[in-house]
Amino acid sequence: MLVCLLPASVLFAVFMIVPTVNVFRMSLYTWSGFSPDMRFVGLDNFRHLLDDQQFVRAFQNTIALLVVVTVVTMGMGLFLAAIMTRQRLRGRNLYRFVLYIPNVLSVVVIAAIFSAMYDQENGLLNGTLRLLSLDGLQQVWLGDQKVVLYSVAIAMVWQSLGYYMVLYMSSMAGIPEELYEASALDGASPARQFFALTLPLIWENLRTTLTFFIMSAVNLSFVLVRAMTGGGPDGSSEVLLSYMYKQAYTNSSYGYGMAIGVVIFAFSFLVSLLVSRATRREPLQF
Amino acid sequence: MTTINSPRPRTDRPRAGRVLTHVLVVALALAIAVPVAWVLLASLKRKSEFFGSPWTLPKSLHFQNYVDAFVTAHMGQYFLTSVFVTALGLVFVLAVSVPAAYVIARYEFRGRRLVELALLAGLFVNVNYIVVPIFLMLVDWDRSLIDVFPGGFFIDNPAVLSLVYAATSIPFTIYLLTAYFRSIPVEYEEAAALDGASRFRIMTTVMLPMARPAVTTVILFNFLAYWNDFIIALTLLPGEGKTLQVGLLNLFTAQKAAADYGRLYAGMVIVIVPVLLLYAVIQRRLIEGMASGGVKG
Repeated sequence: MLVCLLPASVLFAVFMIVPTVNVFRMSLYTWSGFSPDMRFVGLDNFRHLLDDQQFVRAFQNTIALLVVVTVVTMGMGLFLAAIMTRQRLRGRNLYRFVLYIPNVLSVVVIAAIFSAMYDQENGLLNGTLRLLSLDGLQQVWLGDQKVVLYSVAIAMVWQSLGYYMVLYMSSMAGIPEELYEASALDGASPARQFFALTLPLIWENLRTTLTFFIMSAVNLSFVLVRAMTGGGPDGSSEVLLSYMYKQAYTNSSYGYGMAIGVVIFAFSFLVSLLVSRATRREPLQF
Repeated sequence: MTTINSPRPRTDRPRAGRVLTHVLVVALALAIAVPVAWVLLASLKRKSEFFGSPWTLPKSLHFQNYVDAFVTAHMGQYFLTSVFVTALGLVFVLAVSVPAAYVIARYEFRGRRLVELALLAGLFVNVNYIVVPIFLMLVDWDRSLIDVFPGGFFIDNPAVLSLVYAATSIPFTIYLLTAYFRSIPVEYEEAAALDGASRFRIMTTVMLPMARPAVTTVILFNFLAYWNDFIIALTLLPGEGKTLQVGLLNLFTAQKAAADYGRLYAGMVIVIVPVLLLYAVIQRRLIEGMASGGVKG
């Protein structure tokens, strides 16, 4: 029977374990990829990172996106989920259907949609602002160093809002109705019910999604940036993974690129651990 | 009304709140729907209609954009590549994961804890980190096979891409299937064994049909992951043969530079419509699957 395990184990080992180990191993070398010249340099790659302004900037951008997107998406997702479960909205299923759509679209499609919306001349956003005679609010959404990171953040929120809403809805649906009835009799307003009842009771679910937020902020921002801005203008929307990719392929510094990979790996792991520690509470039962 | 202490009827204040929250939900739903609808509509515009206000409707339905996208921009060909890669990836992942999940769920063997632990850790390894080493490894394999396959075998091979897709989704797939197999009572297998069925037969004719909901969930999530993937396909198929997503990115870069949008919007619709149709059919199942632990960011 153990032979049943073999194909899966081989595939898993060859295409996941070996490459993962290689990320760590290669980060200790300088190597341009295709030449046989591969030199062991120890932690030199990591030392260089500290002086690399572009890396520091990519790191800052990643953290900024992580914080902004998590706060906005979680807040809006919780709010929407609470409304959809607590108030019997007419057309609830239709809203849920529509809000989840971005989650089945590919990131390239989302990048293309947003590039079309952000287009300076013929885009939906500036066009609408012109139509409303709000010309002053028009922006070069993807070409302005001060604006571009927010433009990427909006696309990220757009993509993931429905996903988190559905997750929160399914855990809110498990809260017994009697608790709400009892608190309503005590005179609690919907807002108070949300903070005193709903939030504490889905706390564990919230903690889990924080880990998802950390991982998806790192990954999603990379693919969006890769397709939408290429890190520009002038590195102002560069994120960690896109910088790693650039170093590896464009610059052919595979060792250096992999050192960036190790840093991202360690960073997401540590942040997940910290967040999980900081949000630990006694679990509440219904 | 006979009792005096009945709860107060709802006052106007909560009702105003309800209207306000309803308005917000509608606004957010529109913020999702309008851009998608706008793309569908814009795909039918003529070149001259892209300038000026973006809110104008196309004067007539200009289907030439689609012909251009399918033929000139090769989106039709890329579509077939995507179908092939996705289907083969699903075959691969099911063929290796179902037996493995069954063994892990039902048999005690030495090192089972270790296998489970490795798979659990695999859930957290994101392919974006390891795509570079995978690429370099395949290049290396190609180099050692240069006498047999001078043109290279592993890079630019859609079947190899499917294999990599399957490998990277093994942890998630086995995780879900194992949990489901464990929830099926052992009595069914015992009964089949008493009737003289072999272990293999029990797996294929008893367990697999019972695990159909889990298998469907796995197919759905992996389908979306393979169909929508962009980074692995971009890296492993650098030549002429591309998947739909990579083709769209190329179209996107080319048409933007030429300020010629019709073909680009038509290309986007070609990518969007199949997933939207699928989603409309299976949305309940997808969302249930997600809530029941088939979550994947």
